[in-house]
Amino acid sequence: MTLALYVPRTSPVHRLPAGVKLLVLLVLGVVVFVVPTLPAALGTLLAVVLVGLGAARLPVGLLLRQARAVAVWAAAIFVFHALATDVLTGAATAVRLLALVLAAAVVTATTRVTALVAVVERLCAPLRVFGVRPARIGLALAMALRFVPLVAERADRIREAQAARGGRVRGPRALVRLVVPLLVSVLQLAHTVGEALDARGADTA
Amino acid sequence: MKTRDLAYIALFAALTAALGLLPAIPVAALPVPITAQTLGVMLAGAVLGARRGFLALLLFLVLVAVGLPVLSGGRGGLAVFVGPSAGFLYSWPVAALVTGLLVELLWRRLNVVTALVATVVGGIGVVYAIGIPFLSLYADTSLAAAATGSLVFVPGDLVKAVIAAVLAVAVRRAYPVVERPRRAATAP
Repeated sequence: MTLALYVPRTSPVHRLPAGVKLLVLLVLGVVVFVVPTLPAALGTLLAVVLVGLGAARLPVGLLLRQARAVAVWAAAIFVFHALATDVLTGAATAVRLLALVLAAAVVTATTRVTALVAVVERLCAPLRVFGVRPARIGLALAMALRFVPLVAERADRIREAQAARGGRVRGPRALVRLVVPLLVSVLQLAHTVGEALDARGADTA
Repeated sequence: MKTRDLAYIALFAALTAALGLLPAIPVAALPVPITAQTLGVMLAGAVLGARRGFLALLLFLVLVAVGLPVLSGGRGGLAVFVGPSAGFLYSWPVAALVTGLLVELLWRRLNVVTALVATVVGGIGVVYAIGIPFLSLYADTSLAAAATGSLVFVPGDLVKAVIAAVLAVAVRRAYPVVERPRRAATAP
């Protein structure tokens, strides 16, 4: 499935366990807020870019795309602080935001979805106390991953069927006409999948 | 929790993701294009009810966190959880929960108007009540400034609340999930 932000490479960053990378991200997030100065923010940003491009050999375009996604926010925050407080605070806040977002992007690009799902399942293990079974969470995740392309495919099929019968395909009315049969169809599907899984002993897992 | 409920939860997590893949509708006067994603938030609560709706959006956030580009605009990964608009993201499970609670409460007399109350309070009220304070803390701006900045999303959200209400009523008639109709009572 191409629906992932993972970039396959053989680098030390890629080989690092997913749990460790998440922990580093968490620590980084705390540190930049505890030390809210411009040099600290710039240092963090530099380190993140070095790790991402140097150690993990990620494409520059990927980091640029992530940076562009928050550029508007960063600019708005900078302008607000330049007017309300001072330019230095504005720069520090904007750079801090950029550093954090890029750090998270590096973790995401260097860690497989399956590895992160495994971390989620492990993190959920303590919830056993409340009667939550981690395996059930894994099952729900696996189903959701499968349902994303399936829902899109069903939507396409209904839209084509309606277009073939002369239905309009644009506007809010067309959206309602599309989503009602789509919801009913996929709710029935989910019901069937649930029963099929139970018939194969999923409820005892 | 039954496996069927797990499937419903996974389904609405996937549906919210699929809605995010739809291209955003740019509106000339607004700096932000209208996306269909929060429609998924309102629908999860309105169709599945409070508990399953909450879990569906929680699962959706896990999908985002593990690196699927399922947020509108193809965003995803852990980056979005540390950005200034992360509060809106965190609000979604709560929004689905509140929408679901109201729909369960109004289930017997659910029509477009009562459903609209649920989608507006849950899908808009809760989202802004959590998202705006987070934004103001994060960007170190006043609450008022953060609120004005978020106002641009309100017209689009109102359109989505109406669509979600119409859909919720239609689905309730065709395939009720919150409360299954009692066969014995309705059979002639």
